[in-house]
Amino acid sequence: MGNVESVVRFENVGLRYGAGPEVLHDITFALEPGSFHFLAGVSGAGKSSLLKLMYLGHRPTRGLISLFGRDIATMPHEEMPVLRRRIGVVFQDFRLVDHLSTLDNVALPLRVAGAPEEEVRDNVVEMVRWVGLADQLRARPHTLSGGQKQRAAIARAVINRPSLLLADEPTGNVDDKIAMRLLYLFEELNKLGTTIVIATHNEALIDRFNHPQLRLEGGVLTVPRPV
Amino acid sequence: MFRQRSDLPLEHDPSSRFLPWLIALMVYLAVLALASALTLGDAIGRWNQELTGALTVQIAPLTGADGGAAESRARRDKALALLRGTPGLVRVEPLDEERIAALLEPWLGPGNVGAGLPLPQIIDVEIAADADIDVAALSARLSTAVPGATVDDHGEWLHDLVTLARSIELAAAAAVLLIGLTAVITVVFVTRTGLAVHHQVIEMLHLIGARDSYVAKQFQFHALALGLRGGLLGLALAVITLVAIGLVGREVEAVLMPRLSLSAGQWIVIALVPVTAAAIAMITARVTVLRALAKMP
Repeated sequence: MGNVESVVRFENVGLRYGAGPEVLHDITFALEPGSFHFLAGVSGAGKSSLLKLMYLGHRPTRGLISLFGRDIATMPHEEMPVLRRRIGVVFQDFRLVDHLSTLDNVALPLRVAGAPEEEVRDNVVEMVRWVGLADQLRARPHTLSGGQKQRAAIARAVINRPSLLLADEPTGNVDDKIAMRLLYLFEELNKLGTTIVIATHNEALIDRFNHPQLRLEGGVLTVPRPV
Repeated sequence: MFRQRSDLPLEHDPSSRFLPWLIALMVYLAVLALASALTLGDAIGRWNQELTGALTVQIAPLTGADGGAAESRARRDKALALLRGTPGLVRVEPLDEERIAALLEPWLGPGNVGAGLPLPQIIDVEIAADADIDVAALSARLSTAVPGATVDDHGEWLHDLVTLARSIELAAAAAVLLIGLTAVITVVFVTRTGLAVHHQVIEMLHLIGARDSYVAKQFQFHALALGLRGGLLGLALAVITLVAIGLVGREVEAVLMPRLSLSAGQWIVIALVPVTAAAIAMITARVTVLRALAKMP
């Protein structure tokens, strides 16, 4: 790892929900800044749970997690929002707000960060165009197709130019052509310096791109050598 | 394209429809209770002022061949002379028989206070504001000079009345406090419902870096708006009720019954009730949300 501070570092992390069985066992890995990883594994392997720990949606049952060099176990509650703003998340179920337009949904991360409204307007319009939803600016989520919702969710995840982007099955609802386009979009972001982790069970997609894999099987993570 | 909006569609919640009505009802009851407390407080002060400066001298009636009328008048005149010679009494005035009969008529019935009924002599006495009259000494002197004469300074009666009024005043104040407590519990319930209904959106906002205060603001301003809407409605209904009671009260001849007339300052206090209710709703919603969000990872 050298002198470079890891963006994400897990040491012997375990996770169980309530009194249930442990779903993640002794997870240990580190992500360097600007890296691009696929998080692979079959459905139910624990990919979403691992991502949830990475975007601070859940606390680990045991082990150490540090993000951007900060141990999250000792971080004060009031400092967490600033850390979270450095992380963009594409949720598997999109989590778009039903009563807000595409524009307002994409603008949320900027607004919660307190960005001036002029800046919000300019950035959001540009981002929505970039993901190909220029003609859906005022549309509500229920009028969008699965692929359009996916792109809106991606636009919201990257609008804040996050240092770390986590995407949970971002190509699960789109055809191959759009899936490829989205992957190229993620690669563009990666070139700009964003560390990217994409969870997917689409092995064909993983094979097409030359990025290292984090592979989960039965809650155990293996980190194979990059292809 | 960009306008002031809430990330949470709180205005579409079922609770948003019934909360203003509940607050309206609570403000209505609180205003009536508060107006009662204020009116009673005024009345107690007025009674104290009016009755502590007055004495009533009563001379028991005599029975004789002429009904004791001549001797009764003589006793009354003797008492009058003694009272008028006492320093500190600014007015000593006997009540004539018609006035005494009029005072007794409500208890004995119209026409029952006839010539055959022995009536006491009553003297109304007003004490100077700065006078320090020893009522017990005066009473002793009077009963020595005129056997059967008693002095009533209304102290016992006034004490009982004031105790009763104070009890009602306290009950009204307790009602206002209970109504406030009920408002807090209601808003906590409504806010928790909102948190549960919009849990997914709130969690998403939390995960993208929204501070707890960002989410809390949306709930607190929503509660403030509902509180003001309901509070003003409740105030309007209460004012109509108070004015109606005031109008009806004017028709009632009752010397001691507190007249429902509030001062400008008291009306301002009344007008602050819906503002206070809205502020309570806002603060309660904020605290409820912040406490709930503090438990999120």
